[in-house]
Amino acid sequence: MSGVNVTSTSARNFRRARQVGPAIVFGVAFLALWEFAVRGFDLKPYFLAAPSKIGEQFIKSYSRIWEASMVSGGNALVGLVVGTFLGIAMSFILSRYRFLGELVTPLAIALNAIPIFVLVAILNNMYSITSEIPRRVMVTLVVYFIILVNVAKGLTQVRSTHVELMRSYAASEFAILRKVRVPNAVPYLFTALKVAAPASVITAFVSEYFGGLQNGLGSRITSNIANSKNAAAWAYVLGACLLGLAFYTVSIILEGIARKGEAK
Amino acid sequence: MSALEVVGTSKIFNQGSLKQVDALVDVNLTVSPGEFVSLIGPSGCGKSTLLRLIANLLEPTSGSVSVNKKTAAQARLDQDYGMAFQQAGLFDWRTVSKNIELPLELKGWDKAKREARAKEMLELVKLPEFADLYPWQLSGGMQQRIAIARALAAHPPLLLMDEPFGALDEMTREYMQGELLRICGETSTTVVFVTHSIPEAVYLSNRVVVMSPRPGRITSVIDVNLGSKRNEDTRAADGFFRSITAVREALRGTHADHAAANAVRGVEDR
Amino acid sequence: MLMRRIAYRSSMFVLAIALVVALWEGYKVVGPQDGGKLFGVSILPRANNTAMPHVWTMLSRYGRPEVRGSDTKIWSVVLSGTLFSLRLSLVGFFLGTTIGVGLAVLMSRFKVVQRGLLPYLVMSQTVPLIALAPLVVSWGGKLEIGSFIWPRWLSASILGTFLAFFPIAVGTLRGLASAPAAAVELMDSYAASWRQTLFKLRFPAAVPFMVPAFKLGASGAVVGVVVAEISTGLKGGIGRLIIEYAREATGDPAKVFTAVFGAAALGITMSGLVALSDVLLMRNRPKETSA
Repeated sequence: MSGVNVTSTSARNFRRARQVGPAIVFGVAFLALWEFAVRGFDLKPYFLAAPSKIGEQFIKSYSRIWEASMVSGGNALVGLVVGTFLGIAMSFILSRYRFLGELVTPLAIALNAIPIFVLVAILNNMYSITSEIPRRVMVTLVVYFIILVNVAKGLTQVRSTHVELMRSYAASEFAILRKVRVPNAVPYLFTALKVAAPASVITAFVSEYFGGLQNGLGSRITSNIANSKNAAAWAYVLGACLLGLAFYTVSIILEGIARKGEAK
Repeated sequence: MSALEVVGTSKIFNQGSLKQVDALVDVNLTVSPGEFVSLIGPSGCGKSTLLRLIANLLEPTSGSVSVNKKTAAQARLDQDYGMAFQQAGLFDWRTVSKNIELPLELKGWDKAKREARAKEMLELVKLPEFADLYPWQLSGGMQQRIAIARALAAHPPLLLMDEPFGALDEMTREYMQGELLRICGETSTTVVFVTHSIPEAVYLSNRVVVMSPRPGRITSVIDVNLGSKRNEDTRAADGFFRSITAVREALRGTHADHAAANAVRGVEDR
Repeated sequence: MLMRRIAYRSSMFVLAIALVVALWEGYKVVGPQDGGKLFGVSILPRANNTAMPHVWTMLSRYGRPEVRGSDTKIWSVVLSGTLFSLRLSLVGFFLGTTIGVGLAVLMSRFKVVQRGLLPYLVMSQTVPLIALAPLVVSWGGKLEIGSFIWPRWLSASILGTFLAFFPIAVGTLRGLASAPAAAVELMDSYAASWRQTLFKLRFPAAVPFMVPAFKLGASGAVVGVVVAEISTGLKGGIGRLIIEYAREATGDPAKVFTAVFGAAALGITMSGLVALSDVLLMRNRPKETSA
């Protein structure tokens, strides 16, 4: 349709309100229902803490939550960065040698199916349990396989027309890699990052349930529950959610920057 | 008695907004029972919109559409028409025979009756041995024949077709045209047929309706006098070429308008 | 053709496992006994038999008693722990499937529900919901609904449900919306009802989207259950065994590996069940041409 592409601002605002409106209403209604349920039915705090209580606790222990977030977030970040680079490097090797790719793919599929984070129990013995190393290695492993599988797919699943075109120019394999395979793999990398970023936070966090240092969000939640301070535990859960969202948001922004100007 | 009547019908999308599109303006069309009518014209002329108004998949902004002396809505509920699209649109997860049974299933027919009818329809399109295969195991032409069988399964008096042979190669296409004429002759079905191809429209139709865009409207109606018995020789007959020339000239007028409109607007249509 | 591909893939898998074993044993030969530094970071693991037992030590551990002097061999303990967790995961998965598919149908029927709910569903994928594990498990034995006393194991299943239903809801919703416009138009031209279109068109069209979502959901259910077991020490399951055995690592280093392999078997069993449904549901669909 060759439409006149002018929409009045009010119409656009209206459409945006219709898009976002229900989400806001649902969110507020959910919180209100939660609050009223806790108060109205006098639910015991071990079952559910009221959102107002959680918010109160969050503000009260803000600085401690922040510290714990830095520990868990730091582990996640280190693992995310190292895992991403290792994963990209390995995917180049896999795409170069077909046999290696076929060797690693079934393994990666199987690893995808198993709760791989239980390896922390082993890593804790292989390294010093009183350091952050085992947790960071665990995050690295998780991120590594997510990145590896996706980027390798991007490097190999190129359109055959594009490769044939390059061959008709008598282009070298390296030129094909640079001009066809790498550009094709970029969107795959960012899709993988969007999965890997929240996964790194979750892994960092679950790793703390295996003992070791008691300084991150995960250990704080368990210790608060052990002391029946459930509202405080919920406040740490809130902190964990914000940390996860922060990682995801950054991965989306990175994608936006990298893919600016690309066709939609 | 008419099989189909479109009276003073218009369809305006996004009425009143800046994106208003006059898809069809004041269209009148009457089709007699057993008649084969093609709609032809450049893209954006509203031929698919007109077909969807007849099928009651769209509501007209003004005017009225009646099928079999009923409103289009009632005709849809009563399944007075069958429809076939450019993509055969068969369901991958159903066997060929189950695909044909789909409209009957929705009407609540019992199993034995459905299976008998599917068998009958497969005979009609000459594919009886493929009943238990899945659509994706068939060629494009065969899939389209199954789609026609599905459209005719409930024995509707009217068949609506939206570029059904558009995705087929030229050889298959000509074969399918012959088959369609044979099937419609045997079942005395009325057909409204949307196409881009002039020879196709001429070969199939009793009348060719030429349409033009901005606003979408009927610009001329050309009678094709090739008789009711048409075969491969028809494609070499003088009358065939004369009709092709007539349709082409009628279309050329609309195309000139179209090009001029584009030049003025300075935009490409697609 | 298919059989040959499966045979090839499995032999590749065996080869890959052999390679991992070779790397493990190889590192034990060349690696530093008490760990070491690389570029100033102590990233090299300890190669001694306490931190990295020999592979044959791990495997032979299955044949010996769980604790010294006991009659129960460790393989039966690990097996029953794995089966216990499998049951919890299955409960979580089925609850998650019911809720996920139900929500997807609701969202595809009512656009308002979709606009209101979907942002939260997407957001929930990015936040560590697993953080709720200790909280939910703490309901166990305390929460009473009428005469029903909330059992602790149900909390673990509920956590599995939490992690399973999000991918299933999103995948199913995408699948329901994947029915081609022409097919929807065809159903409209038959004056088909919403229910007829749902069951005859939208659900069958959604299957290729639902199967991968179920795979994610199944491994989500396993993760939820195991994390719940680990973070709260819920007795009976494989998660608890891992935590317990990890504590004995100095004296009996191979023990924890028996439980870790049990967790791996649990995950593979769950995804194997979904893969089986994949084969059954997709057997009459067009085959993908890409390998």
